[in-house]
Amino acid sequence: MSARPAAAALPVAPPPSLWRLFLGFFVMGATSLGGGVIAYLRTGLVSRYRWLDDETFVELMAISQSLPGLNATNMSILAGDRLRGWPGAAIAALGMCLPGATLMTAAAFAYGIGGDDPISIAFLHAIAAGAVGLITVVTVQLGAKMLTEIADYVFVALTAVLVAFFHVPVLYALFGVGALAIWWHRPRPDKAPDGKDAAP
Amino acid sequence: MKQLVDLAGVFAYISLLTVGGGMAAFPELKQLTVDVHHWVTFPELMHYYSLGQLAPGPNMMMVASIGAQVAGLPGAGVVLVAFLLPTGLLTFAIGRLWNRLAAWPWRKSIQRGLGTVSVGLVLAGGIVLARGALTGPMTIALAVGVFALLMMTRINPALPVVASGLIGIGAYFLH
Repeated sequence: MSARPAAAALPVAPPPSLWRLFLGFFVMGATSLGGGVIAYLRTGLVSRYRWLDDETFVELMAISQSLPGLNATNMSILAGDRLRGWPGAAIAALGMCLPGATLMTAAAFAYGIGGDDPISIAFLHAIAAGAVGLITVVTVQLGAKMLTEIADYVFVALTAVLVAFFHVPVLYALFGVGALAIWWHRPRPDKAPDGKDAAP
Repeated sequence: MKQLVDLAGVFAYISLLTVGGGMAAFPELKQLTVDVHHWVTFPELMHYYSLGQLAPGPNMMMVASIGAQVAGLPGAGVVLVAFLLPTGLLTFAIGRLWNRLAAWPWRKSIQRGLGTVSVGLVLAGGIVLARGALTGPMTIALAVGVFALLMMTRINPALPVVASGLIGIGAYFLH
């Protein structure tokens, strides 16, 4: 029997030209409303353009989330690098950020003109209140994925209390509690190599 | 010129704190731009954050607004480069190292440890924003309403957030 082509769920298209890459990320950067940019990236990269398979997407996502930087920008850099090397990474990040950055620069000038209008203030203040609800949802969802034992909840509470109530700089919390949490989850010989707990 | 250098320094520093999302750096963003450098007031910062919710792409593109308010177009440009370039280069480098790091046992520990702390940082960011944004019964009701709606349904988060703004305008006219 002759060798079959790789049986992926969705065939991956050949890497796009730099211009197509820019255009793709620009469109995703310009249409992703509501904060869930990652969902738009997945739809675009995996389903629509078929530049990445789902497995690669999830892998790049894991790198994006554990590094500093915005998730969407990190994803653009990693995907762009996979597709077209370093020029691809730069072009993808540019396309992703350009629409929002242009609009927000323009917004600053508009705010300078009409920002003290009481209707604008009522509108923007209420949106900030709604955003608090949205961030709470994001925290709950992140937490459901990341927190697996009681110690994790202690680290979360410690971080939040130190930063929000004792005004400890984020950097110290990141390094202090971060080091503690990494040490807590340190590699242990009694754990199976895949990270799952071995039978006690 | 001094101002552009300060902007670059502050936003390069803040970008390194955005582990788990832009909100993780919000407490530091408020501290540095409002309390230390007096570039914006806290209400202005919140309003830019709100506008960022309405703009497409990453929400934290609102940092461009702060740069523009402080130093015009050059300010916006400097802030964007400072905010995106250092972490961008880091991500690029780690992305290429990643396959070699795959067998490193501490990789999973770092991912889990930092993942946990990032949840705490996003929570802290939410608390700092809530202190400024939740100023009365109506704003508290809006936050609770958006939370409940998004937990129970799978609608686009932009919809209830924009609806909050419209309710805010409605409430203004009722008073």
